[in-house]
Amino acid sequence: MDTVITTNSEQETETLGQTVGELLFPGAVLLLDGNLGAGKTAFARGVARGLGVTKPVQSPTFTILYAHSGRLAFYHFDLYRLEDEQELLDIGIDEYLDDEGVSLVEWAGKFPTFFTMPSMYITIVRGQGEDVREIKFSAGEERYRQLLTELLARS
Amino acid sequence: MVPAAKDKTLILGIETSCDETAAAVVADGREMLSNIIASQIEDHKKFGGVVPEIASRKHLETANDVVERALTEAGIGFADLSAIAVTNGPGLVGALLVGVNIAKTLAYALQKPLVAVNHVMSHVAANYLVHPVQFPAVCLVASGGHTSLLYLLSRSETQLLGTTRDDAAGEAFDKVARVLELGYPGGPAIDKIAVDGNPDAFKFPRAFSGQDQNFEFSFSGLKSAVINTLHNLEQRGEVIPKADIAASFQAAVVDILVEKTRLAAESKAAKTVLLAGGVAANRQLRLSLQENLTRDGIVLYYPPPELCTDNAAMVACAGYDLYKRNEFAGLDLNALSI
Repeated sequence: MDTVITTNSEQETETLGQTVGELLFPGAVLLLDGNLGAGKTAFARGVARGLGVTKPVQSPTFTILYAHSGRLAFYHFDLYRLEDEQELLDIGIDEYLDDEGVSLVEWAGKFPTFFTMPSMYITIVRGQGEDVREIKFSAGEERYRQLLTELLARS
Repeated sequence: MVPAAKDKTLILGIETSCDETAAAVVADGREMLSNIIASQIEDHKKFGGVVPEIASRKHLETANDVVERALTEAGIGFADLSAIAVTNGPGLVGALLVGVNIAKTLAYALQKPLVAVNHVMSHVAANYLVHPVQFPAVCLVASGGHTSLLYLLSRSETQLLGTTRDDAAGEAFDKVARVLELGYPGGPAIDKIAVDGNPDAFKFPRAFSGQDQNFEFSFSGLKSAVINTLHNLEQRGEVIPKADIAASFQAAVVDILVEKTRLAAESKAAKTVLLAGGVAANRQLRLSLQENLTRDGIVLYYPPPELCTDNAAMVACAGYDLYKRNEFAGLDLNALSI
């Protein structure tokens, strides 16, 4: 099940993320892709807000992971600096993915063979116009398809 | 051997918060007896030719050697130590835990006090190793992972004035360097090419500038503006004036950092302004800050390059202050992500 939602500003991207965050269930995995400056961190900040995270949500590019607490724990990964799958295991990502918290993984597309677990795959691409973004959601497993249906009903 | 050092307070500092595995011994919170960073050790054969990276396993492989080397170079043994200081956050938990567990083990086995050091505060302390800092002071910590302004009443009384809402300053440098295809690390690459560029060629946004008493930063919008500019030039089939873009981008970052730091120094009546973290090595930032602060009679200090990047001497230095105040950590010390 695929859906594309268009946003017209960074704020709208964040708000869309917030709606997703409000709908998330324990253990959910969001895989997020898009070029530099596409708005991945803005979307992630929205998800954090939707999960009830109140503290600042900074870019995890350098630290690779920021763990936040909200309604559910929120594990915000950024794989920008990583090069091979072994490094994913070295940082213990599988333990977070199996956890009851929500994991959001920026730059997941760098490791297509690693992320085979049930998840929502989200890509952000530039649309027509400087601040326009087309955000594509792909859901395979039932829970994620349901989430996507609810998201469409809400937006 | 440096026998005289044994009369002093000797702190072993351990740092594994991100990419670097580091250990150092500092005497009396000022005198650096050793400062070992694994990636800088030439004898890579010992580590199978692998330069330590992000992975906690890499920290684990090198940490013991680095600690031993720090003691050997300082000319002391474990028994001579007064305390063990370790970075326990913020950073990558798996990486931090390596340092934290080594420090806890040493503290327990040697029956020595353990002190837990905040990574950002340790960057500030790098200045205490090399400069006679006068208080009150304001410190700008800017690196790949952090951008924070701190108000310092003394070495031990500090207050966070503001931090970044999104990207760190060093991260913006790295990412803009990447889209300009200038290579890694981005800071030095942009600093270098910007010399040949016109800083007024492009008008990039300066987020939050001119707002009194707001010491928060934002660099995400600036990064997007640079990417949009590149995108538009490419679509029109124009040649990318890399030097001009780099210079204009750098000018925007420097303006934001200088403006906020200057405002903070003014509002807190600071005698000294300190720079810390990797971005402190940026020449334009130093020049511009120097110009602005000299006008107001404020002294600017920044550490030498080897103390700007992550290191353990700054951890031992910050740890000394905690030790002097008997602010010890328990053996249940944990690593903190944020």
